[in-house]
Amino acid sequence: MTDTAPLVAPCIRLGQANRGFCGRINAIQVHDGAHGLAAPEIESRLLELGFVEGAEIKVLHEGPIGGDPIAVRINDTTIALRRREAMAIMVTSLNRPA
Amino acid sequence: MSTATEIGARHFALVGTPNSGKTALFNALTGSRQKVANYPGVTVERKAGVLTTPSGHSVHLIDLPGTYSLRGRSPDEEITRDVVLGRLASETAPDLLLCVADATNLRVALRLVIELKRVGRRLMLVLNMIDIARRRGIEIDLDRLSAELGVPVVTSAAVRRGGTEELLRRMDELAAGRLDPSGENTWKPPTTAELRAAQREADRVIAAAVGAPARPDTISARVDAVLLHPAAGLLILLCVLFVMFQAVFAWARPVMDLISSGFDALGVAAHDILPAGLLQSFIQNGVIAGVGNVIVFLPQILILFLFILLLEDLGYMARAAFLMDRIMGGAGLHGRAFIPLLSSFACAIPGIMATRVIDNRHDRLTTILVAPLMTCSARIPVYTLIISAFIPATYLWGWVSLQGLVMFGLYAAGIVSALGVSFVAKHFFLRENYTPPFMLELPAYKLPNMRSVAIGLYTRAKMFLRRAGTTIFFMMVLIWFLASFPRPPEGAEGPAINFSLAAMIGYALQPVLAPVGFNWQISVALIPGMAAREVAVAALGTVYAIEGGKEAAEQIGQALASKWSLATALAMLAWYIFAPQCASTLAVIRRETGSWRWMAITFGYMLALAYLAAFVTYNVAVALGAG
Repeated sequence: MTDTAPLVAPCIRLGQANRGFCGRINAIQVHDGAHGLAAPEIESRLLELGFVEGAEIKVLHEGPIGGDPIAVRINDTTIALRRREAMAIMVTSLNRPA
Repeated sequence: MSTATEIGARHFALVGTPNSGKTALFNALTGSRQKVANYPGVTVERKAGVLTTPSGHSVHLIDLPGTYSLRGRSPDEEITRDVVLGRLASETAPDLLLCVADATNLRVALRLVIELKRVGRRLMLVLNMIDIARRRGIEIDLDRLSAELGVPVVTSAAVRRGGTEELLRRMDELAAGRLDPSGENTWKPPTTAELRAAQREADRVIAAAVGAPARPDTISARVDAVLLHPAAGLLILLCVLFVMFQAVFAWARPVMDLISSGFDALGVAAHDILPAGLLQSFIQNGVIAGVGNVIVFLPQILILFLFILLLEDLGYMARAAFLMDRIMGGAGLHGRAFIPLLSSFACAIPGIMATRVIDNRHDRLTTILVAPLMTCSARIPVYTLIISAFIPATYLWGWVSLQGLVMFGLYAAGIVSALGVSFVAKHFFLRENYTPPFMLELPAYKLPNMRSVAIGLYTRAKMFLRRAGTTIFFMMVLIWFLASFPRPPEGAEGPAINFSLAAMIGYALQPVLAPVGFNWQISVALIPGMAAREVAVAALGTVYAIEGGKEAAEQIGQALASKWSLATALAMLAWYIFAPQCASTLAVIRRETGSWRWMAITFGYMLALAYLAAFVTYNVAVALGAG
């Protein structure tokens, strides 16, 4: 954390982040329904791809239609996922305040 | 107790995450000594090979489907789990698991290693692509990594000459020694808490033993800025597909001409050697012409597979899925369906088999349903024949081949109708109120490994030739028989085929097919065409060759141009976009879906669309004066 960051950094869902967003994962919170799979299964898949608490992420690219899916850099990997699944990933912004 | 013969063959298994370079490593280790088949009872591809270690131990190596964990979320991953756990009755339990990891991207792989340690088998971590890791300045303390993980670690660079020497040396040592299980199998599906703990442990090990890259990969990100650009990316994807089809059409031509004249010469030689009569006709028109008419398309199939393999190796396929996800999603398809559907351009059979990467059943069914609408390479012979006979070989604006453009249009029609059918299926028949997740790693771009591509091409060519040599050959013999028997009565007028069984079937179907502009020769050719689409070309050749004598056989195309109207030719093209003219595809659908119902549905809807499309095309063309 740099000293210019506010004390309580805003926590948003990765699914709402725009291209260029940098952040750190706070929590994985999958809400049941809408995915077609049980919440623990979605959570497991996100974890298996490396989306764990504390990991730093950056939104690199957005898909051609409606900015969906998104390509997210996590450490040295790039993962493509839909915004709907990314909603389960709570992130704290690491972008310097403008 | 240390000679190779006393120990017997060892069984090693390659396990690893997708994109770890596992298959390239498998190809480097086994070369052409590999066999691709299916696991019994399921349609997961089983890749196995044999290698001999430097001191002469024989090792059976099996390349297991890539996976992030042993939880088994799809049929492929279940196979990996069952082989690793030794649960698969048909498979010898592996003595040693070689966990292949991309040395530039260890986080997820090390979590898998931690999970694999629990199965109680001997395990070795292979840091593949070590050459790339070194180039990026990633310092890896191998001893520390090995100590922290409690697993031997070896490096490899599958695509480099001599890049597997160290790995082979270590495999040799292990093959020579005792390979008892290292402990009890305590594996059970990890909970989310266990996954988190394992990932934390993996991160701790990486922090201790692996340095940050001094020169991180910036190329992939820079290339992606263009290739994944919302507008430019889609345009480039379209261009790639367009070039692919132009190449299939144009580049293959010289080789095809060569093969075709080779078979013609062979036919003439057989004609000269053999006495005139039934045997001469059988060898020349049935066997040589029949098989030749199919093998001539090998160059096109190879070019198409070359593109698919190169794009896959390059890392572009995952990008294409990313770009296409929403577009396909709008039609009720999964982004992952893109790769199976793209493979279906070569052949629907591998495409349908590749749908196993889609774990949601409804998504998979939809993809299987529309995969045969993708223009497979077996349609190319039919399209090529008709296009070259009826579409002038002119160029628009000096560089766009009109024939290529029509070909492109046929491909586009297949794609558009596939999207339409899947939309209808998804919204009216396979309704669900959710769509499953799309999560896919976008691997770093890599130059394709030519040796791996060559092995892939070789396997495909072998499969195609085997098919040409068996199924298609027997169908050709059958069509020759149908077209030759019974013999015309003494003193009969007209071509001999008019008295044959084939003509009887053709005439019987004629009333049904007349509204779409098909003559009885086409009706006859459609029947053996059920075995495989390309057989219809050979069948047309046989029908016209036997009917019109040797001159017609020289140029089936010329024969068609003189006997068909343009409207009939266009109706035939429209028919072939949709027609379910491939028994093997139907058989694979039956096997993959485990139900006759889905096979019947596919057959029925495709036949209906084919008839409708041909009917509309024919009547519109006649109305416009092309009758």
